[in-house]
Amino acid sequence: MKDSTIISLKDINVSFDGEVIINNISLDIMDEEFITFLGPSGCGKTTTLRIIGGFLEPDSGDLFYEGNRINGTPPHKRNINTVFQKYALFPHLNVFDNVAFGLKLKKLPKAEIKKKVKYMLSVVDLKGYDKRSVSQLSGGQQQRVAIARALVCDPDVLLLDEPLGALDLKLRKDMQIELKRIQKMTKKTFVYVTHDQEEALTMSDRVVVMNNGVIEQIGTPTDIYNEPSNAFVADFIGEANILNATMIEDYKVNILGTEFKCTDAGFGKNTPVDVVIRPEDILVVPVENGIISGKVVNTVFKGVHYEMEVKCKNCTLLIHSTVSQSVGETIGMYVTPDNIHIMRKLFPTPYNEFEAVVSYSDEEENTTTIIIEGKEVEIKDRYFEKDAKLNIILPPTGIYIAGDGVGQIDDVYIESVIWKGEYNEIIVESDERKWLMHSAQDEQVATYAPICFDFKDAVITLKDDAEGENEV
Amino acid sequence: MKSKKLALPYILWMLVFVLVPLGMVVAFAIRDDGGRFTFEFISKAWGYRDVFLHSLWVALLSTTICLLLAYPLSYIISRAKARTQRTVIMLVMVPMWMNFLLRIYAWVVLLSKNGPLDSILGLFGVHVPLIGNTGAVVLGMVYEFLPFMILPLYTVMGKIDKSLIEAAQDLGSNGLKVFSKVVLPLSVPGIVSGVTMVFVPTASTFLVSQYLGGTDDIMIGDVIEKVFQTDRHTGSALSLCLMVIILLFIIVMNRFGDEEAVGV
Repeated sequence: MKDSTIISLKDINVSFDGEVIINNISLDIMDEEFITFLGPSGCGKTTTLRIIGGFLEPDSGDLFYEGNRINGTPPHKRNINTVFQKYALFPHLNVFDNVAFGLKLKKLPKAEIKKKVKYMLSVVDLKGYDKRSVSQLSGGQQQRVAIARALVCDPDVLLLDEPLGALDLKLRKDMQIELKRIQKMTKKTFVYVTHDQEEALTMSDRVVVMNNGVIEQIGTPTDIYNEPSNAFVADFIGEANILNATMIEDYKVNILGTEFKCTDAGFGKNTPVDVVIRPEDILVVPVENGIISGKVVNTVFKGVHYEMEVKCKNCTLLIHSTVSQSVGETIGMYVTPDNIHIMRKLFPTPYNEFEAVVSYSDEEENTTTIIIEGKEVEIKDRYFEKDAKLNIILPPTGIYIAGDGVGQIDDVYIESVIWKGEYNEIIVESDERKWLMHSAQDEQVATYAPICFDFKDAVITLKDDAEGENEV
Repeated sequence: MKSKKLALPYILWMLVFVLVPLGMVVAFAIRDDGGRFTFEFISKAWGYRDVFLHSLWVALLSTTICLLLAYPLSYIISRAKARTQRTVIMLVMVPMWMNFLLRIYAWVVLLSKNGPLDSILGLFGVHVPLIGNTGAVVLGMVYEFLPFMILPLYTVMGKIDKSLIEAAQDLGSNGLKVFSKVVLPLSVPGIVSGVTMVFVPTASTFLVSQYLGGTDDIMIGDVIEKVFQTDRHTGSALSLCLMVIILLFIIVMNRFGDEEAVGV
């Protein structure tokens, strides 16, 4: 990896049919580095790759290649080659002609083409496969032909779009090492897209974690794993206990009602934060030596270690330990301060606060109907006059995912789902804003679902009424 | 095996309605009424060689025009949105719901002297015979058989993976190279079946030339129809010759297709 930038993205935006796919992304890609875009499906990683490849023009923003703006340059004029998701080998050509495709277009002499193709086939371990038809090859071999076909053109940058997705586990592990070897040998910049966090950690010099069209974090695999910038990254990379906590003051954090020492500072006093503790960082100790204690509820042998679920207050913690503990036993737990990682909350407030106007109300029935994003939503057991402006504070428990067709707001985007030890903390995005909700159920990130509101525990005040006399 | 038993009715059907009549055509062509072997009828058929040549010429011309019209159209359709694709393919098929003869009659009316087209051209001072020539026959053929060219081409082109085109661009092809190196070779199977499906019926069809062509435009299909009414033997000999020519054509086309698909 060199210090010079080869590709630079500046304030890139992309939307399809009014839906934001890439939200103001800026990124510098270094020469000769192996950089990976990691994120759940639909996070915008493949779209970003297609912009670099020239298959898609951003709605706004600039793309620079070695300092020159290359927006609008067609793919065949960029010195960038792509390994496509399903390889996209030409079925009417054999292995040799597939690999030679780019060189023939460059009108190189025949002898040179032959030499280069033979060499590249040996690099990807396919010596002697020249005359085979591509349809006779296995997935792994097709994969390697696709890599050879792209690399033989001697691009400065190679884009790889989930190239190992179709392979089985064993082959995938081999290919990961193989790809890294090829990258080191050829000294090319590899831009890799995957949703597999392990793949990203294994191969990359740097990882770009993406979600919902934005970059959540850029860093080395170690940084991303040990110092995740927020709960989404912590949850997406590896296994983690992510818990709600309060920063008491610098270097002191309250987790599960107990004060822990930590090494983070600068969050302010009594600030709600997320903490992440990796399962291997919770040490099992005798109860009297532990900072907190809990009861083992489940133990699974995983080969290298035991995976234990430990109930601590209402919260279930995940612990990896080489020593087995029997179910039902009470154990003490200890975490060293540098293994507690503090992060800012994903959602700015611990509740949902919004304004709404009363569209209809019924004094006898004691109900009020407000408009949320163009939809009428009824609030039971509260009465406010028509056209009154309301300020509503709705706790996360006041929103739930509804069944199809019965939601009060349809098709909200599930942006993140994070298990907080006792419930899932879910952030969903509707047309106009984001909502925080808690749910015992697991939901699939990057999908759409309808939501419903329950105003039972909401705090509702008239907007111009600072005294809040209508509070319940 | 069970599957073989199930195939029995079809085998029987083929035997009775395809192979037996074919055998009868051959028998009529090479035997006289007394049952003796003779070349008399084949040599009579040879006398119609000019008509054969003219038919093949018209078929070749119509097929070429169909291919030139259908190829770009199919490519454009296959690249359009799914909804547009369905609509255009529908429109291509709609004329086929109407009777073959009716569609030819429509052209007779359109092209006839003092008909709509003639009158419009007359306004610009153009007076040419629109009907009763080879051009009108070819026009009728193209109109009749264009869908048979579009459908196989569209099917094959729709199957070309979009990422193959992107891969070709990625490896340095401009639009023209993408076409010549990827789209064209991959659409050869569609060209072969389209050409076969248009050439074979245009070479053998009848009535079109009777309605739209002039006296010189008589085609082999019409000759066979006429001759059969009076002389089954010569009619069979003519049919046999036509079949052999078409068979040869199909063999050549398939050979060409195979080579294209493997080589390039």
